[in-house]
Amino acid sequence: MSFIAQEKLNNLNSEEKLKFILKEVKKGHILVLESGLSSEEQAKLIEMTMEDINDGFVGIEMESYMEEKKGFWQKFFGKRNRMTIVGPADKLKTIYRDKEVIKTIIKAG
Amino acid sequence: MGLLDRISGFILSLFGKKHVRIGIYGPPNAGKTTLANRIAKDWTGEIVGEVSEIPHETRKIQKKDKVIIKNGKSSLTIDIIDTPGIATKIDFHDFMEYGLVEEEAKKRAKEATEGVIEAIKWLDNVDGVILLMDSTKNPFTQVNITILGNLEARELPFIIVANKIDLDGSTPATLKSAFPKHDVIPISALEGINMDLLYETMVRKFGKRK
Repeated sequence: MSFIAQEKLNNLNSEEKLKFILKEVKKGHILVLESGLSSEEQAKLIEMTMEDINDGFVGIEMESYMEEKKGFWQKFFGKRNRMTIVGPADKLKTIYRDKEVIKTIIKAG
Repeated sequence: MGLLDRISGFILSLFGKKHVRIGIYGPPNAGKTTLANRIAKDWTGEIVGEVSEIPHETRKIQKKDKVIIKNGKSSLTIDIIDTPGIATKIDFHDFMEYGLVEEEAKKRAKEATEGVIEAIKWLDNVDGVILLMDSTKNPFTQVNITILGNLEARELPFIIVANKIDLDGSTPATLKSAFPKHDVIPISALEGINMDLLYETMVRKFGKRK
């Protein structure tokens, strides 16, 4: 499992970020992203994942917290980041989640 | 543009929208096509597409244009867009459990992946969304969270619909408490339960001036 610091992804634009994530996930890595992904990036990541699905790669398991509605100051200073966990669907399985808790199991490769 | 068109455009801008394109979104097997069929059948007598217990039955966008929904003296003309279910993973082996042979399952999986991409792209082309959830399941799925986040970011009007309230184990109250800031309408698209409330909410929500 790899913990990815905010600084690492901040240096990449949105497309580079998603390509990096998908490349790592396809290698079998599970990533915990400190800065998370926006909803638009998550949708784009699903799109890119679908383009890559084949007999050996069945997709991703991704979990994140809901972004809260942005208040004035958040709009002014930019959106709030949330943590995102993403990994290959055959290795990472969500067993429970609610507003504040995500429980997953990781299968041995 | 003629004078009459300009006058009617001006009146519409004052009193709200009258013709909108509404996408039905949600995870696979939430009942999107059943709901699209219910709406189309209630107001036109025709259906939009076939339904099935096998996930990803709808793998291409299906449309029914110019469905006029009435609520008292108000009405709204909608184009219903029935979208393929959005998923983060698609394994052809899952389809084989429903009796499909490997070749069929692989073909279905390939089409399903294309359907997910098409559904996401169609978010750019809709004026409003019905986000359909299965009220017998946990609402905090990544698909629901991702769609909801996109709708909020795009500032698209949407209604959350808790489907399958006719089934044992349905807990629409869980969905209401999960999304307290949004309209959550409990229905059974299959049995036609609470459809009047949904139509009333659709006319109110989607007929609003932006």
